[in-house]
Amino acid sequence: MPTTYIQPEFRVRIDYDKCHKCGRCVQQCGWGVYSFNERPIPDDAKCKACHRCVTFCPAHCISIEKSPLAYRDNDNWSPSLRKAVWRQAETGGVLLTGMGNDKPYLRIFDHLVLDACQVTNPSIDPLREPMELRTFLGRKPDSVAVEADADGGWRLADGGGMENNVELEAPIVFAPMSYGSVSLNVHKSMAMAASRLGILMNTGEGGLHADLYPYADNIIVQCASGRFGVTPEYLNRGAAIEIKVGQGAKPGIGGHLPGEKIDNEVSRTRMIPQGTDALSPAPHHDIYSIEDLRQLIYALKEASGYKPVGVKIAAVHNVAAIASGIVRAGADYIYLDGFRGGTGAAPTIIRDHIGIPVEIAIAVVDQRLREEGIRNQASIVAAGSIRSSADMAKAIALGADVVAIGTATLMALGCHLCQQCHTGCCSWGITTQKPELTRRVDPEWGAERLVNLVHAWSHELQEILGALGVNAVESLRGSRERLRSIGLDEQTCRVLGVKPAGL
Amino acid sequence: MSITSTGPMEGYRKAAPDVAVDGKTAVIDAKGVYYRQLNQAVRAAFADGATTVRLNDVNGQRYIGTGLTGAGRRIEVHGTPGNDLGMFMDGPTVEVFGNAQDGVGNTMSGGRVVVHGDAGDVLGYGMRGGVVHIAGDVGYRVGIHMKAYEGLRPIVVCGGKARDFFGEYMAGGLLVLLGTRTQFPDQPIVGSFVGTGMHGGVIYLRGGVEPWQCGKEVGIFTADEDDLSRLRPILEDHCGAFGLDLADMMSVPFTKLVPTSHRPYGKLYAG
Repeated sequence: MPTTYIQPEFRVRIDYDKCHKCGRCVQQCGWGVYSFNERPIPDDAKCKACHRCVTFCPAHCISIEKSPLAYRDNDNWSPSLRKAVWRQAETGGVLLTGMGNDKPYLRIFDHLVLDACQVTNPSIDPLREPMELRTFLGRKPDSVAVEADADGGWRLADGGGMENNVELEAPIVFAPMSYGSVSLNVHKSMAMAASRLGILMNTGEGGLHADLYPYADNIIVQCASGRFGVTPEYLNRGAAIEIKVGQGAKPGIGGHLPGEKIDNEVSRTRMIPQGTDALSPAPHHDIYSIEDLRQLIYALKEASGYKPVGVKIAAVHNVAAIASGIVRAGADYIYLDGFRGGTGAAPTIIRDHIGIPVEIAIAVVDQRLREEGIRNQASIVAAGSIRSSADMAKAIALGADVVAIGTATLMALGCHLCQQCHTGCCSWGITTQKPELTRRVDPEWGAERLVNLVHAWSHELQEILGALGVNAVESLRGSRERLRSIGLDEQTCRVLGVKPAGL
Repeated sequence: MSITSTGPMEGYRKAAPDVAVDGKTAVIDAKGVYYRQLNQAVRAAFADGATTVRLNDVNGQRYIGTGLTGAGRRIEVHGTPGNDLGMFMDGPTVEVFGNAQDGVGNTMSGGRVVVHGDAGDVLGYGMRGGVVHIAGDVGYRVGIHMKAYEGLRPIVVCGGKARDFFGEYMAGGLLVLLGTRTQFPDQPIVGSFVGTGMHGGVIYLRGGVEPWQCGKEVGIFTADEDDLSRLRPILEDHCGAFGLDLADMMSVPFTKLVPTSHRPYGKLYAG
């Protein structure tokens, strides 16, 4: 019997006429595709199409092709479903994957378009006029009091109720990705970039490594169900604290960092023994209700001198009511993670079939909080596949204050979306703890690329705002009148609060 | 109508409590004081140089000792403290002369909690250091996901009986259940699902436990001489805290529960 029925997905082609026989492909591949016998010899079955070898081949002689192997047409049984059944019959295991949901569900962002000014209302040129992207993350006051200043004018009294807000220079934060799931160099890149950009990174649930302490003013520290590395010191270092309840890629599922990824440094940062699995229970066992959530929010505030506390949830069916409860529980921001959000490891079946799109979640949460008169009490952070500055602008127009980017962040550092994060063999040195691989991301280089990415998106957002004829991102927030839909059904338009194009 | 989610609950004063300082001891009258002002006063008393803070007439105030650090500090609680007593705490000692509620020692890093009474649910959740002694019964989900790391090894000793999910997901440390000082003499020492998902640490029970009460990840053994010599100083500490007889406490065989694997779900996944 063959050991597997599953045939290679890709074909590695080497043009040996051009090949230098330098062996760099052998050295670069984290999957062990290549052996070397006078020339590199690929094993197609191991290739993940991550393009590391292609990128580093000095002779440009490697190409990766999709396997032309034909499967008999069957719309019901796609080749991927067939392969899943074979794999499970071989192993009896739950199938794991990395990155976000890649199934062909409707992408609502791609069916929304933005407005622009023509004739009746002038557009603004952001190159010549001020264009404000500054955003404040946290609870805003219910009302504003003013007092006379020394110059005979007026100013906000008592700081205007904004003391517990975190100031961001752009409405972008790096999404939570734990040290352990990604490498320390990735964390350093994000921390340095966040500090230079005046935005925030997020530790994820794996604790805060000592090397990141200098950047702590630009770091959100996370408290998840495993409570890894959560000490009074940790809570007091961060700019804000986030309770992680759920993740878009795996709503209702706990985390499970395999023992292979728990090396000495990860062990020290998470404060757990080396080599044991780091299991995050599916729920927080001290949160079984909104009242319990309130108790944890205020415990974190008591322990940290009343820092802002946010709550991250996966976007699920009843998200608006849940969000209302979270705001009433005292959260300073809600983080909504849509069903296309990425992950370092999730059961494929969960990733691909649970949760709702973030576009819907933003719209219904913003609407619900407005109807209840509590929208000012918490900021909304939206994530779950923000792929460009256009997605960012549309998310803000639907009602988000800030977007979080995870997959795009890793792509800036080299990620090619091969979806193998859970294996710990990342050839790009991102989702691995192997020292020979992690050194491929130099933090200084990484920080520069992340700064470039956020600057580019910020400039594009300014252009979009200018076209809309507004001079601050605040003026776009929740302004669904500036969105129109193309090709969305009436019901979805109503849920989004967006008119079809032409109306 | 806008409902704000801040501000003190009805029946509480918003004002700071009365504090009387006697040398290194600060005495605070907690009656009718909201938790936020009470805990502020506790932190201020320690910052002003007190080493002991005595809280009188405590009635349900949450977060006493939460996030507090400093090994030489001591809080005496007279009355019934509210939830999350000593949460995230790293160093101080909290002694409760009364019952405690839910979340005692939640995610605690170090220090010592002694409760001269019963305690509620979720005791010692995610705890990674320090010692908790409860004189009487405890509730559900006690010792969930306790973990150990290098020199840090959390210890929880409960004198009475416990409900379901005792030591669930346990990853390290020591959980001891004695079953002697209890309101429920006719019930088994512990409920069901003991040590479900356990992948580190040890649970000791005074007397026996039925296999059906335990999670399938748990191995059940009778404690041997090595175990008892490890237990002795911990029980000595417990008996000392509550004035109990150590020889009497150790006159009954103990049952030891340990995980059968440090990676209970290692074979669950494929691809």
